[in-house]
Amino acid sequence: MEFVQNFPFFSILLSLFSGTVTSMLNGKWAKRVNGFVISAVMVMSAAVLFFVLKTGESYTFMMGHFPAPWGNEIRVGVLEAFMALFFCVIMLLSLIGGRAHLKEEIAESKQNLYYILVNLLLSSLLALIYTNDLFTAYVFVEINTISACGLIMIRQNGHTFEAATRYMIMSLLGSGLLLLGICILYDCTGHLLMSHIKESVVTLWSAGGYHIPLVVAIGFICVGLAIKSALFPFHSWLPNAYGYSTVSSAAILSSLVSKGYIFLLFKICYRVIGWEVILDSKIINILFVFGLCGMIIGSLSAIQENDIRRMIAFSSVAQIGYIYMGVGLGTTEGMVASVYHVLSHAATKSLLFVAAVGLTDASGRSKKFSDLTGAGYRNKLAGVAFTVGSLSMVGMPAFSGFISKLLFATSCVQNTPYKMLPTLICLGISTILNAIYFMKTVIRIYTPVKGSNDSILVKKSVGYAGALVCFMVINVVLGMFSTPIVNMIQIGLEMFS
Amino acid sequence: MSKLKDKKIYEKTWAYKFFRWYRGEKDPFLGEVEMKQGESLEENVPMEEIAREKRDLIEKAYDIEHNKEIKVFKKFYGVLSVLFCLALTFVLLLMVSYSPKTGKPGNPNENEVSARYIESGLQETGAVNIVTGMILDYRAFDTLGESHVLFIATITVFILLRIDKDEKGKEKDREEANDRNYEPKNDAILQMAATVLVPLIIIFGIYVILNGHISPGGGFSGGAIIGAGLILYLNAFGFAKTERFFTEKTYKIICFFSLSFYCLAKSYSFYMGANHLESGIPLGTPGAILSSGLILPLNICVGLVVACTMYAFYALFRKGGF
Repeated sequence: MEFVQNFPFFSILLSLFSGTVTSMLNGKWAKRVNGFVISAVMVMSAAVLFFVLKTGESYTFMMGHFPAPWGNEIRVGVLEAFMALFFCVIMLLSLIGGRAHLKEEIAESKQNLYYILVNLLLSSLLALIYTNDLFTAYVFVEINTISACGLIMIRQNGHTFEAATRYMIMSLLGSGLLLLGICILYDCTGHLLMSHIKESVVTLWSAGGYHIPLVVAIGFICVGLAIKSALFPFHSWLPNAYGYSTVSSAAILSSLVSKGYIFLLFKICYRVIGWEVILDSKIINILFVFGLCGMIIGSLSAIQENDIRRMIAFSSVAQIGYIYMGVGLGTTEGMVASVYHVLSHAATKSLLFVAAVGLTDASGRSKKFSDLTGAGYRNKLAGVAFTVGSLSMVGMPAFSGFISKLLFATSCVQNTPYKMLPTLICLGISTILNAIYFMKTVIRIYTPVKGSNDSILVKKSVGYAGALVCFMVINVVLGMFSTPIVNMIQIGLEMFS
Repeated sequence: MSKLKDKKIYEKTWAYKFFRWYRGEKDPFLGEVEMKQGESLEENVPMEEIAREKRDLIEKAYDIEHNKEIKVFKKFYGVLSVLFCLALTFVLLLMVSYSPKTGKPGNPNENEVSARYIESGLQETGAVNIVTGMILDYRAFDTLGESHVLFIATITVFILLRIDKDEKGKEKDREEANDRNYEPKNDAILQMAATVLVPLIIIFGIYVILNGHISPGGGFSGGAIIGAGLILYLNAFGFAKTERFFTEKTYKIICFFSLSFYCLAKSYSFYMGANHLESGIPLGTPGAILSSGLILPLNICVGLVVACTMYAFYALFRKGGF
């Protein structure tokens, strides 16, 4: 076995261990350790990605002395390694972009606790990405949930406590449903290892055995993960959680935590239940309808919003709707489009959160639209970054959002006779609604105010500017050089099944 | 900087222009493009009127008693939640009636996985208690995650409830003093019972942890017993006594060392296992107290973490620190 193949295991254990180490350090050192760990995991994931691309096949890694159905196992393919790399990049940039606010909004003595949460969150995300065992996935979903709660409420005021409570209740409901689904699957198949479950589910399904328990299990797992990733009717926890938490938390929650669950859902669809069984169970039609509703209603709520952070949060509901709509199309092309949208939304939404905080800082910390007038002149880089993010979300060519919309539109005209028309209509309406609320904001921040353009001096930090520039570069790269990435996603999805 | 460019050349570079724009010294549009001052979007309404309108709006919005929509919504909500629960109950009952019957021979979960755990668990892990062998050896990665769940739960409670010295000192001190008032002061019956019970409980907890690989029990259950003993002691004798041996610092050190040991020991064993190397950890004779390789030290670690977590939860909920 090559030494590189150990790297996924190293990165999970390193981030887990760094969480423990951070508890003994003060805030400053915690920050350094955290930065080091994320960068190390990033480098290791890149190495793994190159290795897997070179060999062209996935491999499994035994966690311990016992082989798969008895011991634990992780599995590494192209998509997993790429996701790990991408998540690390976004997490690092979000933390750098929000660092000034972290210092300010979190009590001095609780600074290191924040980095414990981030380290453990990273390890749980990595484990969710790499795991090949359904119960390991559940254990790390727990870590993910609790640390996300902590990330919301570490900025302590009434709003965040309320948001964290809401998040905890909804998210635990989701975990409970997921656990019930896993229990039923175990009961019917006798396995927890993903590939073994798939084998027996496929034979059971074609033989007609335990049909109802299997359908219920699929339903519970899908609904549980949909609640946790804020699909439309279950999104009530989202706006306050993203709107009032500190900016790094909002960026991490919107672009990583919910995406981790969506990735787990993809994995369950392909590697646990089997794509044919999922198609046959018709569950994806429900996801499709909810996704379409989310696309429209999330955008409508965003238009009504008078608070820039909450507006961006509602826009997330719409974008999550896109992702589920892509899954609901039930074709491989739709799945590729969904995975691409996961990437593009993660890159864009964190950019928007980080840029919005620069604009609100330049407007006396007010998140109200009326105070944001002319903010694009007061903090220029944030203004440009926000415009880039908005254009990407709306789907302008040359930015990442365009490619994902193009992929959605092309995938819905292939092999989906009944779903083509609703998808195209909703895509159109949602794009117009997106344009309404994002362009409204962009026009607002570039409307000059009489006289007082430089009245509020903003402290500019190199880290913040660098993070914004990197985010914009990622967006443009995703938008301009999409072919290799789409190819990689296709290879990864093939490796899945 | 080793190489300084000439200032004039530097002023022509892209980087100079970018930083000039970023610092706000020169706007590329100013003076180049015709710019119109936008109309003020807000009309000039007197401040008092805006304030009054806002107040009226808020009063109207929060007037729950006279709000018809809320009443209708509440009824609708109640009916719908009952219906939803009934539907869910029906679905679950239906599901259970079609599931494999518990304990029937030939069920799907009677397969090679459980067979190997039962048949060769003793030789492979050295633990007489198969459950402990399973959670701490076969599936140790899950348990590693599980002990970190406890750790992160305490961290989150720290964030929420810990009262730090640097924030709002006086007010919090008063609250703390208040809480002390509710503490039972020298309750003779409780103290007597605790004097007898606490040593027994703690010794029993230690027994359960140390014999985790031989008899039923293990780190999680033993740790919970010790934690319960500590909480009883705290209730009987108050914080002044417990703080002599157990403070936040103690908690931190214990948690740090047990979790680090767990993490490092298991990393070693995972690494060796995955690369098909011999780990060199002796399994000993099954049934002896010093046997079954890493399971005994790991049980001790898990037990310590669980006990500390229980005590920390109690102390944090009680007075926000310990």
